[in-house]
Amino acid sequence: MKYARILALLLLSTLVMTASARGQEPRAIVITAKRFEFVPSTITLKKGETVKLIVTSEDVTHGLFLRPLKIDTDLAPGETQQLTVTPQTAGTFAAICHHFCGAGHGNMKLTVVVE
Amino acid sequence: MKDPVNRRTFMKIAGTSIGVGALFTVSPLLGASPAGRRIAELLGKKNGEAPTPFSFVQLSDTHVGFSGPPNPLGTLAFEKAVDLINNLKERPDLVLFTGDLTHDSENPGEHADRMRLFQKIASRLKVPLIKSVPGEHDAGLDGGKLFRENFGETHYSFDHRGVHFIALDNVSLARPNVGPEQIAWLKKDLERFPTTAPIVVFTHRPLFDLRPDWEWFTGDGDEVMNALAPYENVTVLYGHIHREHTHTEGQTTHIAARSLIFAFPDPEVGGPKKPIPFHPQKPFQNLGLRVVQEPGARAGSSPRIQDVELTLREFSGTVGVQQLLKEGVSL
Repeated sequence: MKYARILALLLLSTLVMTASARGQEPRAIVITAKRFEFVPSTITLKKGETVKLIVTSEDVTHGLFLRPLKIDTDLAPGETQQLTVTPQTAGTFAAICHHFCGAGHGNMKLTVVVE
Repeated sequence: MKDPVNRRTFMKIAGTSIGVGALFTVSPLLGASPAGRRIAELLGKKNGEAPTPFSFVQLSDTHVGFSGPPNPLGTLAFEKAVDLINNLKERPDLVLFTGDLTHDSENPGEHADRMRLFQKIASRLKVPLIKSVPGEHDAGLDGGKLFRENFGETHYSFDHRGVHFIALDNVSLARPNVGPEQIAWLKKDLERFPTTAPIVVFTHRPLFDLRPDWEWFTGDGDEVMNALAPYENVTVLYGHIHREHTHTEGQTTHIAARSLIFAFPDPEVGGPKKPIPFHPQKPFQNLGLRVVQEPGARAGSSPRIQDVELTLREFSGTVGVQQLLKEGVSL
């Protein structure tokens, strides 16, 4: 009986811990890169909130670069990357494709609003 | 023994850019002193050539093959720039092209045709030496393969009249980077020079953070500048930003030339990165040459600057851009 009670307590604490971990799971935002745009073209984050950006390129290799959030990566076609960010400064920032992808490359940007 | 050369007494590279490019005059400020002669002798040994005055021109971002509202005149400004340079009273020794010679094309055959058209126009330049580096529109899609086939290596160095010129490629990796291999090459290339040697680096993108959110930077530009930091007389010439810009950091001055196709707005004013619209009444506004005559040995004298701006008046009998477009202009 005593062992059963201990076992039940352990099980409960595990469940609580799992639920707690689930509660802290960062918000996920899915972003697709394709010539010559990011979809969506604007994302909104909250200052201090940890967010997971799930980024995929659907055609050629693109880049994603935003120095204030320390994002600097290539996006190979078909590959999904998860980037975890916690913005510390409010403002509107332009993330760009910095892997040359063709004639419209210079206008390929993602607006990141941090509230 | 420490080289008895200092920046003030050795050599001055004076220049500025407007419109179609920039003309630079290189003048040794040696005077006739024994120290000056010793400096010239030393640099002659280091570079293989003793420093003597000369001038050169920087042209940038011709984007041959570009077609669009910001400039419906295609290669007209580039061709006019060639004429202007050929008619300069003092013929420059050298023309440097700092990237985006051509506009990219998905079709390699079409892109090759654009490179050939560029070469056809550039070949009319009556100068002894023409050198170029690629821009991302030349080399970003194929890692520089087509550029190398048509123009040769994308990074290299050479000496001219006592000045060491270094061509750096910060586009062929597709990202705005020079890359560790080229940086190692650069360090090796610099080894044979005293820290006082005059060095001109020419490249496409800025090597400093001008506007990273406009891709006006080079990711490993700091490493390049660290390699150059010991050198007291470094000038970096670049393009990419389609406008004049001068920036001094440490001992180095970075100078951008305007484009020959369209201009971008001032990055320090704000607003979006959009080409400045074509002005039908002033199709060549901002295009022209600024010629700088360096007074040479009289250190301290101001350079004489002469601006030459392209206008429609140069096309005899034409009254507006519509006529240019309709009838074409024989250059």
